[in-house]
Amino acid sequence: MAVKAAGQAASRSRTRHRPTDQPAKPELIQLLTPEGEHTEHPDYPLELTPQEVKALYRDLVLVRRIDFEAIALQRQGELGIWASLLGQEAAQVGSGRALGPRDMAFPTYREHGVAWCRGVDPAKLLELYRGVSHGGWNPKEHNFHLYTIVIGAQTLHATGYAMGIQRDGALGEDGEAAIVYFGDGATSQGDVNEAFIWASVYNAPVVFFCQNNQWAISEPLDRQTRIPLYQRARGFGFPGLQVDGNDVFACLAVTRHAMQAAREGQGPTLIEAFTYRMGAHTTTDDPTRYRLSAELEAWKLKDPIERVRIYLIRSGVAQEDFFADVRAEADQVGAGVRKACLEMPDPNPLSMFDNIYAEPSALLAEERAQLAAYLSSFVAEEVGR
Amino acid sequence: MTAGTPAAPGGADAPARLTLSKALNEGLRKAMENDPKVLIMGEDVGKLGGVFRVTDGLQKDFGEDRVLDTPLAESGIVGTAIGLALRGYRPVCEIQFDGFVFPAFDQIVSQLAKMAYRSAGQLRLPVVVRIPFGGGIGAVEHHSESPEALFVHTAGLRVVACGEPADAYAMIQQAIRCDDPVIFFEPKRRYWDRTDVDLAGGLAAALPINRARTLASGTDATLLCYGPMVRTCVEAATAASEEGRSLEVIDLRSLSPLDTETIFASVRRTGRCLVVHEAPVTGGLGAEIAARVSQECFYHLEAPVLRVGGYSTPYPPSRIEEYYLPDLDRVLDAVDHAFGY
Repeated sequence: MAVKAAGQAASRSRTRHRPTDQPAKPELIQLLTPEGEHTEHPDYPLELTPQEVKALYRDLVLVRRIDFEAIALQRQGELGIWASLLGQEAAQVGSGRALGPRDMAFPTYREHGVAWCRGVDPAKLLELYRGVSHGGWNPKEHNFHLYTIVIGAQTLHATGYAMGIQRDGALGEDGEAAIVYFGDGATSQGDVNEAFIWASVYNAPVVFFCQNNQWAISEPLDRQTRIPLYQRARGFGFPGLQVDGNDVFACLAVTRHAMQAAREGQGPTLIEAFTYRMGAHTTTDDPTRYRLSAELEAWKLKDPIERVRIYLIRSGVAQEDFFADVRAEADQVGAGVRKACLEMPDPNPLSMFDNIYAEPSALLAEERAQLAAYLSSFVAEEVGR
Repeated sequence: MTAGTPAAPGGADAPARLTLSKALNEGLRKAMENDPKVLIMGEDVGKLGGVFRVTDGLQKDFGEDRVLDTPLAESGIVGTAIGLALRGYRPVCEIQFDGFVFPAFDQIVSQLAKMAYRSAGQLRLPVVVRIPFGGGIGAVEHHSESPEALFVHTAGLRVVACGEPADAYAMIQQAIRCDDPVIFFEPKRRYWDRTDVDLAGGLAAALPINRARTLASGTDATLLCYGPMVRTCVEAATAASEEGRSLEVIDLRSLSPLDTETIFASVRRTGRCLVVHEAPVTGGLGAEIAARVSQECFYHLEAPVLRVGGYSTPYPPSRIEEYYLPDLDRVLDAVDHAFGY
């Protein structure tokens, strides 16, 4: 016991910070409290019709249901792995609904809620995790890039894409911008820091949307940073904001604001959506090995969906029939995802040779023929028998 | 005619005698004139014109939006080039020296090479990554590397190496036109070599980028080479002919894919094959070629396929690099060896 206590003390001293000129208490932008109370913010006014609030609620519930179904499919052996978005629905739906159709989004592998907002068929998200493709949708069709697995690599792609927007002269009031998603762990990557520098010096129209879910698999935030992540932007020379990532209103308002600034040529913004990964990193992970259940319990009280439900009830916008309808629709969507997953055929083995090069490759044609001949030899043997 | 273009002696259509560096510069200029989506990006490629002057004058003529002096970060260069390509541009990245490509290695191998495959052909990344490579210029560490095999080993990339000015002028334009990512190696110690370059010649008449070129015909042995070893092997063939040996010299040009048709046809005629490169022989391109030639030309071979290359060491300090780099004598010594079987 004494050894353990000493270890904890050492750990605390390692993370004790020297004083800085940063504000002691970061201002967390919040428009909807965990108790479902809508508050005003002078810089981020948000006018939503009852219909719009109901639509956000529906999005939140449906993406959680899709996620739930995917976890179940993995547990039943239908998916190899799944990266759950549980707890991050508001960050993803709020930011996703802030995008215009011509804006371009670059996701990590966890952005199922953003994918939903971009109109990607949820069943397509499963292809990667089932192992039937490395992608699943046409990025150009949805202005939603493929999931990027190497941590942070997509931040440079988004920045380059944004530099293309500049060169196309597509800035202005009705201009275009890019948004890129990444996590707290990714902020330690070289690529993310390089992307910050590039976006800054070229004033690229890109919004860096960091979902700080507090955990990079088993490593807590203090293994990645000793200042709040949004304050990093200051050193790179552009604005950084911290928003309640479990507040769909605030995520929507702040992202809208940052995207419009980018479209109008005011350059990049870093948004830190302060949230929590309620589930495991992926279905292969066991968070009980490294975090306390008390932490999880505390975050349960900040649930991103519950606060919208309370707001809808208290403001008299929605009654039980609405919630029942959304529940029914969610089950329907879940069933649809399940059906599509179970019906998903394995790819033809020979398709592994496709789409590697734009132009035909003699080497690949030869190897393809070898595999085809090898495979057909089994058929011949069986027929011969 | 722009200020940077040398006057062609003997009339507008006569070939100009250009250095490799200048031939590449003219090829880049032509590509930028032909396609407004072509961009150049890298460290010091603007006002300075690149440390080897390959991009000399291009920023002055095409502007800072098309010739970008980038922050000093190679992963950033390739990563943002990928984003620009996703937006419809055709970026040509310059990596200042071979040893500096490694910070960009993840973006090249995991992103650039795999995007077409990952997207089932819906996305194409027509990005060219130019890399001055090889030793022989007395440089400090990390400035003399030959990392081509690492890229040849990566599916989804095309890998080429130019050997001489006349060829390089067309090859860089072909690489830029190609819808696949191309790693374009330039032999840095040959930047100052000169040949006639037909600046008026169109690409239609040029040898396709994925074909090898036979530079000298011979009957006794085939020398396969690329990049800086092209000149070395041509000189070796000349010297060997004085000793009564007839060597065929093939400039591979394309390292991935390999023009195996040309290679096999030559080896079947000569019966002997030597692969010459600066890179370490262990796990190098020569190993791949030796395996394929042994398999496809087995009954025509008079001797095992031999490799002449760098030793399996890190690149040595420049005062002893001449002992590491294959030269005319080492090539001829290996040829003697091949005749000893």
